Amino acid sequence: MREINAQDITAQVKRLCMEANSYLPEDIKEKITASEQAEPWALAKNILGIIRENYMIAEDSYVPVCQDTGVACVFIEMGQDVHVVGNLEEAIHEGVRQGYTEGCLRKSVVKDPLDRVNTTDNTPAMIYYDIVPGDGFKLTVAPKGFGSENMSQIKMLKPSDGLEGVKAFILKAVEDAGPNPCPPIVVGVGIGGTFDKAALLAKKALMRNTNVRNADPFYAQLEEEMLEKINALGIGPQGVGGKTTALAVNIEKMATHIAGLPVAVNINCHVTRHKTVEL
Amino acid sequence: MEKRITTPLTLEQVKDLKCGDSVLISGVIYTARDAAHKRLCDLVAQGKELPFDPKDAIIYYVGPAPAKGNQVIGSAGPTTSYRMDAYSPTMIALGQRGMIGKGKRSPEVVAAMKEHGAVYFGAIGGAGALLSRCIKKAEVIAYEDLGAEALRRLEVEDLPAFVIIDSEGKNLYETGRKEYLESLR
Repeated sequence: MREINAQDITAQVKRLCMEANSYLPEDIKEKITASEQAEPWALAKNILGIIRENYMIAEDSYVPVCQDTGVACVFIEMGQDVHVVGNLEEAIHEGVRQGYTEGCLRKSVVKDPLDRVNTTDNTPAMIYYDIVPGDGFKLTVAPKGFGSENMSQIKMLKPSDGLEGVKAFILKAVEDAGPNPCPPIVVGVGIGGTFDKAALLAKKALMRNTNVRNADPFYAQLEEEMLEKINALGIGPQGVGGKTTALAVNIEKMATHIAGLPVAVNINCHVTRHKTVEL
Repeated sequence: MEKRITTPLTLEQVKDLKCGDSVLISGVIYTARDAAHKRLCDLVAQGKELPFDPKDAIIYYVGPAPAKGNQVIGSAGPTTSYRMDAYSPTMIALGQRGMIGKGKRSPEVVAAMKEHGAVYFGAIGGAGALLSRCIKKAEVIAYEDLGAEALRRLEVEDLPAFVIIDSEGKNLYETGRKEYLESLR
């Protein structure tokens, strides 16, 4: 049994909250730059240039790329042979509290969805646990902004809707969102499972490097096809028209019930942030 | 094609702004999101005075990040405007001339813009680090308890934006996309 101190987890969560908000992942930066070069529509190209300049300023000055520094989504992949000394859940919240306070990040969490009083330290984090074999401990912090989260959709399709129904629903979600989620976007899709598992798959899809396609060739091809179809919509960066509506489409799938075909579309803006550490 | 505009934003200036124009905004502007708008509209309903004069004013829909080190203000990009749709017609009827945000607006907001003469600017969503550099002064003038959502008075210099919907109701989200798709034919 391997032991990990809760204080070490707090320190890592704190660091990841601060770094993820200022440093975009390399694959996202590459995709923005490549889109700017390939964009034929003048205003769209201009906007992509400003978006590139913005992430460079954030990186150089170590300030948040976007003022919506999100709700802290924390993914824990914990080996079953690991024992955490101390309170794991509280250690994660404490890391978020310290990271958002000391890092001058915006506090965007309200304690009650109807009462709406700000918790003033961005806690609680949204925590997702996976227990896996072995003694590893992988920690990912993904600050999720709500301009894009609000444009996400889920639908329980019928099995007879099939592949065409799935494609149509993904396109509908992007079309309905239009300029609202700050395109260019990254589209995370979850297919299968249950109502909640489909949404979780969609969120996890957003964590995957956008240069890596689904391991299943059928879904890898579907990712490429959907990216092409989304970019043929012409919504463009910020919705002003253009070729670059999405930077990538990542799809995750799993088994489901004989009677169902759940599909979830979780949308992220161009500020697709996540940072991982292994302890 | 880039137009420089300075606040207060008069009706005359608004009439000159056309859908698709790139603008650089300077002068005093105010910040408010949905929580602050709700309070403003409650005051209007009660016939009370607002914490600022909305006549010829521009409201920027933003909840900035806290200032870091010697910054005037933290990252400060636009939030999605549709959450203010319920309140904007009231503010426009009081003389508000400009809104800065991102994303779609309701037919009611567009109708109020056409009736009273107002313009909707889009700033680049997600470019908060860059946009914060255009803000030279920032002070909270009301609703401090709302934190990031407090009502602020900002002094800005050359804040880059685009005219999304002009005072005639012409909408860049519709025309820009249509023109781009037509260019492919």
